[in-house]
Amino acid sequence: MTAHSAPRTPAPAAGDTARGPTRTAADRTPAPAPGRRSAAPGAPAPSGTRRPAAGSPLRDRVRSAGLPYLLLLPALALELLIHLVPMATGIVMAFKDLTQEYISDWSAAPWAGLDNFRVAVDVDAPVGEALLRSFAVTCGFTVLAVGLSWLLGVTAAILMQDAFRGRGLLRALFLTPYALPVYAAVITWSFLLQHDNGLLNHVLHDQLGLTDGKPFWLVGDNSFVALLLVAVWRTWPFAFLLLTAALQNVSADLYEASALDGAGMWRQIRHITLPALRPVNQVLVLVLFLWTFNDFNVPFVLFGKSAPQSADLVSLHIYQSSFVTWDFGAGSAMSVLLLLFLLLVTAGYLLLTSRGRGSADV
Amino acid sequence: MRRFRTAAAAALVTALTAAASGCGGGSATKSGGSNDKPGELTYWATNQGSSIEADKKVLAPELKKFEKQTGIKVKLEVVPWSNLLDRILAAASSGQGPDVLNIGNTWSSSLQKSKALLPFDDARMADVGGADRFSKAALAATGAEGKPPAAVPLYSLTYALYWNKKMFRQAGIDGPPVTWDELVADGKKLSRGGRHGLAVEGGNPVENAHHAFVLGKQHGADFFDENGRPTFDQPGNVKAVKQYVDFLAEDGIAAKGNAEYAQNQSVKDFATGKAGMLLWQAARTSLLAHGMKPDEYGIAPVPFQDRQDATASGGKTKVNSMVGGINIGVFNHTDNLDGAMKFVSFMTSTKEQRILTDAYGSVSPVLEAQQAEPRDKDEAVLRSVLSSSAAPLPQVPDESKFETLVGTAVKRLFADAAAGRPVTEKTVREALTKAQQQMGK
Repeated sequence: MTAHSAPRTPAPAAGDTARGPTRTAADRTPAPAPGRRSAAPGAPAPSGTRRPAAGSPLRDRVRSAGLPYLLLLPALALELLIHLVPMATGIVMAFKDLTQEYISDWSAAPWAGLDNFRVAVDVDAPVGEALLRSFAVTCGFTVLAVGLSWLLGVTAAILMQDAFRGRGLLRALFLTPYALPVYAAVITWSFLLQHDNGLLNHVLHDQLGLTDGKPFWLVGDNSFVALLLVAVWRTWPFAFLLLTAALQNVSADLYEASALDGAGMWRQIRHITLPALRPVNQVLVLVLFLWTFNDFNVPFVLFGKSAPQSADLVSLHIYQSSFVTWDFGAGSAMSVLLLLFLLLVTAGYLLLTSRGRGSADV
Repeated sequence: MRRFRTAAAAALVTALTAAASGCGGGSATKSGGSNDKPGELTYWATNQGSSIEADKKVLAPELKKFEKQTGIKVKLEVVPWSNLLDRILAAASSGQGPDVLNIGNTWSSSLQKSKALLPFDDARMADVGGADRFSKAALAATGAEGKPPAAVPLYSLTYALYWNKKMFRQAGIDGPPVTWDELVADGKKLSRGGRHGLAVEGGNPVENAHHAFVLGKQHGADFFDENGRPTFDQPGNVKAVKQYVDFLAEDGIAAKGNAEYAQNQSVKDFATGKAGMLLWQAARTSLLAHGMKPDEYGIAPVPFQDRQDATASGGKTKVNSMVGGINIGVFNHTDNLDGAMKFVSFMTSTKEQRILTDAYGSVSPVLEAQQAEPRDKDEAVLRSVLSSSAAPLPQVPDESKFETLVGTAVKRLFADAAAGRPVTEKTVREALTKAQQQMGK
C-alpha cells in the first residue's frame, strides 16, 4: 500500500500534536521502552530550548506532561457521554430481545444472541427483504442526491466566481433553502406536491398540460422523485457554500496565465478549478453522503411514519421497525448494520481519496 | 502506517457521529411510585380539541379547581397525538416522565406489558370509585382480559357516519344509508361535478387499520386468533380491506386524491362540501373549525353489511365501530403517587366528565355522566353505538404492530388504486400476507 511506504518526514499530522507531550516526556526518560510508539524515530523533536537539565524534579515533569491531558479531559468526558455511551447502549440492545415488555427495565431483557441480526439479514424472509429493499432504495437515492447536489453546487459556484452586478443577491437567494428550518421547508414542499391542490400538479397538468392525469407525488412510485427533488433542493446550497469558499483560494494569476496560453473555459475548469477544489470535494462528498444516507427529517415530514415503498429510506425504515412496532432489539440490530456499512464506506473512501493526495502533500 | 491510522480514525469518528443512534441510555431506578413530591404533578394530556391552545384553554380552569381542592399544582403539557407514543416510550425507558398521562386506548395492552404504568388493581380501582362506574365497552379497551387495567377510561370515542344534508337533498336521497350497498349507491348519486360521495383518509395507516378491523368483524373475521397470533390474510379480512379500498378503486365514490390524505384533509373536504359523507370519530369540533355548523350535517351509525345486522338482534356481526378513546394512567415512576390517584379520581368524576366531554364533543365512559340528556344529536348517536355495536380493537401486546403493518398495507393499496393499477382479491391477500409475515418472531 503506497500510503504505508510514504516517506517518514515529520509531517504535522493532527495526531502528532496530540501525542506531543507523551513524546516529550519519553524523550526525557533516560531509557524509553524500545518500540514505543511515542518514541518513534523521525518524530519531531521538542524544541531544544525547553529540554530541561538532567535531574530536574519529577513533579515538574509530570506537571508539564499532564497539563494537556487535564485540559483535554472535559472534552473527552463529554464525548464519551454524548457519543460513545448511547452508541454502546445501542450496540448492546442489538443483542437483546428488547420489546415493550422490557422497556422500563432494559437489563431484564433476555439475550438474543445474533437472532436480531439473523432476522435483519435473512433476505428471503419478509423483514430482511424489506430491509434490503429499503437499503437499495437508500443507496440509489444517496448516489443521485449527492451527485446532483454536487453538480448544482459546483456549477453555481463557478458561475458566481467572477464579480457581476447582483452576484450577492443571487448568492443569498441560493443559500435560502439551507437557511430555512427543515420542518417548515419540507412541510411547504408537501403542500406543493399534493395531488389535488399542489402547485406542481397545477403547473404540470393544468397549465402546461404535460401529463395526462394528475400524478401522485406523495404516494406510489413517483414519491422517489419527489423525495429526490426535495433532498437536492435542501442539500445543494451547502455544496455551493463550501465550494464558493474554496474557490476564493484559487489564484486569479493561474487563470490569467492559462488564458494567455490559449486555454478556454472548459480547459480552465478541468485543469485549474477542479484540481484546486479537490481537497474540499473530498470532505464535501463524504459529508453529503453521510447526511443524505442517514436523512430522517425530509422523508418523515414528507411521508409520515410509513413511507411509500419507493421512498422508504433506511433511517425511516429502522424507526418504523423499532419505535412504531415496539421492537427495539431489531431496530438496534439494523442500526448497527447500518453503522458498519457506513464505517466501511467511509474508511474505503478516505483511503482511496487520500492515496494520491497524500504523497503530494509531503 | 500513520496515514492509514489517521484515515481509519477519521472514518470511525465521522461515521459514528453521523450514525449515532437516537437511543439514550436508560436505567430503571425505582418503580411502583413514591410520594417524594406531594405538592405538584405533571400531566400529559393528548390533543383532543381543534388545537393545542384550545386544549389548554379547556383544561386550565379544571386544573385550577383541582389545585383549590387539594393544594396540588398540576403542570400541564398537551402532547400532539402524533408524538405521544414516542414520548411515552422515551419516558418509560428512561424513567423520566409525567406523573399522570393520557394514552390511546388501543395501546393499553402494549403498555400493560411494558409495565410503564401503574396497574389499576382492585384497590386502586376502588380509589376511583370502582370498575362499575365505567361503561363495559370502555373498560374492555384498558388492557388484556383478566389482568388489572393499565389505565382507566377518560374519554370514549366511536366512529359514526356524517352526511351533508344539503347535498343529500339535492341528490334526492331521503336519509343516511344503513348498509354499505346503500352507501355506495348514494355515493354514486352524490359523485358529480367535482364532488364525491365519501371522503376517506387513505394515507393514514391508523384510520385504515380501524376501518379494516370493523369491516373484518362484519365479515366474521378477526385479525388475531384467541392465542394472540395474527390472522391478517383470512378471507373475511381480505374481503374487508378490498371493500374499503374499492370505495376509491371500483366504486369511485371517493376521490383519487384521498389516497394521500393523512392530515385530516377528509374532514375538510366534508366540511367544505367536496364530499357528501365522512366516517369519523366525534367530528363536531373539527367540522365547526372548518366552518360547518351542526345543523348542516346529519349523523348516523356506520353502515352494516345488510339491514338485518342493523336491527337490535343483529347477532355476532353487529359491529360497526371500534371502541375509540383515551385512557388516563399513572406513570410507574411517579413521585407523587397519592396526588396522581387523586387527580385520576378528579378527572373521572361525574362532574368533570360532563364538562370535559362537552368541551371535546366526546362521550363520557362514566355511566353516571351518561345518564344526563344527550347534549346534542351527535352524542345521542355516539352513545348508542358505543353501548350496542362497538368492539374494542384486539387487546394483544402486538396491537400497535397490527395498526402499523395493516394500515400501511392498505395505504399502499390505495396508492395502487389511485395510480390506476387493479386492486383484486389476490393483490389484497398478498399485501395482508406480507404484513402478517412481518409480525415476525
